[in-house]
Amino acid sequence: MKVTGLLRLSPKVVPLLTTALVLVLLLGGASASFDGFASSYVMADLVSENAFLGIAALGMTLVILSGGIDLSVGSMIGFTTILVATLISDGRWSPVAAWIAALGIGTAFGGAMGMLIQVFRLPAFLVTLAGLFFARGMAFAIKKQSVQINHPMYDRLNDITLPIGGGAELSFGALVFLGMFLVTVLIAHFTRFGRNLYATGGSESSAVLMGLPVARTKIGVYTFSGFCASLAGIVMTLYMDSGNPANAMSLELDAIAVVVIGGTLLTGGIGFVPGTLLGVLIYSTIYQITYFANLPASLARISIGVLLMGFIILQRWLSRAR
Amino acid sequence: MTTHDPPWYRRFVDNTIFWPLIALAALLIFNAFSSPSFFDIQVRDGHLYGSLVDVLNRGSIGIILAIGMTLVIATGGVDLSVGSIMAISGAVAALLLTETSLPFPVVIVAALSASLIAGAINGVLVSIVGIQPIVATLILMVSGRGIARYITGEKVIALVDDQFSPAFDFIGNGHFLGLPFTVTLFVLLFVATLLIVRRTAVGLFIEAVGANPNASRAVGIHAHGVKIAVYMFSGLCAGIAGLIDASNINAADTVNAGVFTELDAIFAVVVGGTALSGGRFSLTGSLIGAILLQTLLTTMYTFGVAPDVAPVPKAAVILFVCLLQSDVFRRMVFRRAEA
Repeated sequence: MKVTGLLRLSPKVVPLLTTALVLVLLLGGASASFDGFASSYVMADLVSENAFLGIAALGMTLVILSGGIDLSVGSMIGFTTILVATLISDGRWSPVAAWIAALGIGTAFGGAMGMLIQVFRLPAFLVTLAGLFFARGMAFAIKKQSVQINHPMYDRLNDITLPIGGGAELSFGALVFLGMFLVTVLIAHFTRFGRNLYATGGSESSAVLMGLPVARTKIGVYTFSGFCASLAGIVMTLYMDSGNPANAMSLELDAIAVVVIGGTLLTGGIGFVPGTLLGVLIYSTIYQITYFANLPASLARISIGVLLMGFIILQRWLSRAR
Repeated sequence: MTTHDPPWYRRFVDNTIFWPLIALAALLIFNAFSSPSFFDIQVRDGHLYGSLVDVLNRGSIGIILAIGMTLVIATGGVDLSVGSIMAISGAVAALLLTETSLPFPVVIVAALSASLIAGAINGVLVSIVGIQPIVATLILMVSGRGIARYITGEKVIALVDDQFSPAFDFIGNGHFLGLPFTVTLFVLLFVATLLIVRRTAVGLFIEAVGANPNASRAVGIHAHGVKIAVYMFSGLCAGIAGLIDASNINAADTVNAGVFTELDAIFAVVVGGTALSGGRFSLTGSLIGAILLQTLLTTMYTFGVAPDVAPVPKAAVILFVCLLQSDVFRRMVFRRAEA
């Protein structure tokens, strides 16, 4: 009985369950093989170390659910880190003002790309590719080297942590990530915008015929992704106490990989935001394993590529079987 | 009958390579006025030197990638993994040259075989497994650089001192017939590709698969085979480009080799008049597109634009070219001009 029940699962849920299974196997295997892996310190690290990747991946999740792609997020993060650091250290701005400016620019930048994609029917990957070049060039136009941030507010914020037992604690960046995660779950799964988003990604022409606001939805997801990328940049400055125009080079690839490993279909319309959180945890766990096993980090990158291929083929197989 | 023929100039204006050629000519004329030394060519030790030669030499990697990318895009696909394949090819060559005493041709064959295998993986994923090309080649784009770094043991392999190979150095830094050897390489590759696609039915097959996969299957074209072949060819081109890149600096730097080159190659093809939707393609257009891109970069450098900031004007040009190809944009501009 149980087996037939499993087989009858909706194909929408299978990738998410596979993601959860992969994470459990990875964590279980690592805890069994390495002393000290199953500790609250490592668990806290899994969320804290890649908080900025996670925030960017949340925005990317909505973009991919709508059937698009955003290649500009890595460059936008790099741009935000150097902008914020320069405004605070050289411009003597208060951090809050610098963050508001950065979030405003990132959101407007995402919105502008969304307009180009929607209004002129340009391919998303070409427009966001131009965005990738543009934001990275502007980052280097601000400053060529790393800029340190020494501001009492940064120290105070970095002191805000959440103890999770055993002496380990979640960093401020991790808390921002988890907060943003709840916001994104709300947007995607509990609002009208979220339902329009799934309809648009499932079949854009049907959504138009149903009279749904497709244009507003598509522009909205790129705007949200731009906001997430700049927020990720701000979290990165908190994590590193500095900004660098070369930061987060090709992070967009990791963000896409994490979203797909999280069970979201790259063709749009199918996926769940919690899957992306699991995807980030899988990503962090693979890197932690190479660290514990003293393996080269390039192996982590290759395994993420293999995992990505596995999930894409699984999705392909599921959509054919339907 | 002749009255129904289009006016004589339409033949030029409607040609896909007309606009990129005009843009290139305009850029060259601009350079002729702003920096007169741009057209100077000097002969030293029987080799030609000058900005124009430099454009061709530095542009060779982009041109070679664009040749492979043109055929992939003509089948309605895209290859995002060429930058990573460049890194793999350079890494394989550098590793074999430093760690083994294999003869030089074997090393080159091994590096290019690795690129062909990478291309074959892309081709199988796109054709047989049926994944969208952007997604399929993304896999190798993500993991390829990791593979290259694993091959080199996470470090830069430098071919200096006893490791230095004069034959390998010749690929990227040598001269042949007075010109950099890289020019010979891309000219040979371009002519060979042109002959194969235009003198045989291969070009027709590629355009048929890109224009209408179902119809081409109906007339008996082996669409899977054609797709696998173009991705393997794109991989081979990336492998050659990777050898040039590694030879230029006599090292395999897997972190920086071929970064963003996939984007330059796609850009050159689009500027050259091949539509991203597939079908008809122009190799000559892509060649001009790649030279145009390199001339643009060289011009910006002579104006003191830092290489780091150069992506900004590049992004503006990409966007402008895309807008020109957008029907909505054309209609908007057209209507405004009429009013």
